Amino acid sequence: MVIGSMIESIKNFFSFTAERVSEMGNAIQKPEGEIKLEVKDLNFYYGEFRALKNINLKIPTKKITALIGPSGCGKTTLLRCFNRMHDLYPGSRYEGDIIFHPEGINIANPKIDVLDLRRRIGMVFQRPNPFPKSIFENVAYGLRVNGVRDKKLIQEKVEWALRASALWDEVKDRLNANAYSLSGGQQQRLCIARAIAIEPDVLLFDEPTSALDPISTSKIEELIMKLKDRLTIIIVTHNMQQAARVSDWTGFMYLGELIEFANTQKIFTVPSQKLTEDYITGRFG
Amino acid sequence: MGILDEELRKLKEKILILGCLVEEGVRKAVKALIERDNELAKQVISRDNLINGLEVDINEECIRLIALRQPMAKDLRFITTAMKISTDLERMGDFAVNIAERAVELNQEPFLKPFVNIPKMAEITESMVEDVINAFVKEDVDLCYDVIKRDDKVDELLKNNHNELFELMIKNPDIIPLALKRMFIAKYLERIADHATNIAEMVIYMVEGKMLRGTFVTEEIQKLCLEDFISRQR
Repeated sequence: MVIGSMIESIKNFFSFTAERVSEMGNAIQKPEGEIKLEVKDLNFYYGEFRALKNINLKIPTKKITALIGPSGCGKTTLLRCFNRMHDLYPGSRYEGDIIFHPEGINIANPKIDVLDLRRRIGMVFQRPNPFPKSIFENVAYGLRVNGVRDKKLIQEKVEWALRASALWDEVKDRLNANAYSLSGGQQQRLCIARAIAIEPDVLLFDEPTSALDPISTSKIEELIMKLKDRLTIIIVTHNMQQAARVSDWTGFMYLGELIEFANTQKIFTVPSQKLTEDYITGRFG
Repeated sequence: MGILDEELRKLKEKILILGCLVEEGVRKAVKALIERDNELAKQVISRDNLINGLEVDINEECIRLIALRQPMAKDLRFITTAMKISTDLERMGDFAVNIAERAVELNQEPFLKPFVNIPKMAEITESMVEDVINAFVKEDVDLCYDVIKRDDKVDELLKNNHNELFELMIKNPDIIPLALKRMFIAKYLERIADHATNIAEMVIYMVEGKMLRGTFVTEEIQKLCLEDFISRQR
């Protein structure tokens, strides 16, 4: 019995390796399983400047995807495309599609409801940016804006979000204190709490720890890893070790192109592209 | 050239030195046996400290580089390979010492009979050791596969050697102590060839990023084996 199923799994393995081998040289790999966001032939322009060039990639659901690359490579630009942050800049233009699954909404379509999109795809920025309000109100704000009136429900949700952000124990006795009274790391976790309170599908992180000390950084990283049980995460980071520590998939970008996209272990142990290898081993340029 | 490049170059140099010492040890141990040269055998035995010290040194250097330089991709593969290779080389050095020790013991006894299989085994094994070190330095994958292929011949010669000595022992039980020592020596050579094969596999990993050994043990098979093991424990 055991032997029979062993033979079966060896057979399966060989067909699996054959697949893997054929993918070895393929710089842009496709994650298995459910896909949350699918970027197809995406070009993005700031006026005349083409900041993203023919990007094709699939972001897996409830996984952490990291985007790395040198300054100016387009990783933040790509991240901001996912919730149309660029709409605030005049002259920005999208070509191609960004499909938001399972509904199949095309994010690049100018006609979609951007506010609804941003409710479902939240963002946490480099510098913590709490509102000049109490800790409680910072988290409750998004709920109120989204029409939640039930005070008890708001209280429950705020507590849940603060717990999920690993901040509850530190702030439960001073929920009415101003958010600015918190440390930088706590403010950043508050921003994460604010973002997850409205239960988005996707959370975008734009260098969330670059302004934080190592202890706050490891708290945020742990938090990000826990959050992936609930939502899909994309993180832009300058810190390669951070990408290696937290992410499941990693994309390496250079001069507006996605050079390589593969599971994180592969990128950091056996990258298929020389550019990726040079960048992650610090031999760039 | 960056700081890490310079450090990696020095590490490579140390492995090369370790490899040469081991290769020399194996060669001299076999020579000491065949030519009944006690002085040479003792030289091999006393050189072992140097090999052991160098292995510790290489391992510490690898750990330091991992901790302080956080190597990635090819650098990481190189450093982990260096750690494993140095362990294999150190074991090969130990086997050379074992051969030298048996040689000293055999030299005190009358000569049993001319060696047939052992010199052949030694020749192939020595070529494997030499080539695998070259393959590591030149990152030559083809040479690695060639080394791996040669291991089968060594295994075959070991079997021949054992069979031949068995027959002699049955005919004349008086020679059992001497014949056993010769069997041990053949086994040591075969083990050295195995370690050379391990190194060849690691060099392939270092260059190409793919593991040769155990690649067909999927998680599923591991789970099945574990379940099987647990059920047999009950």
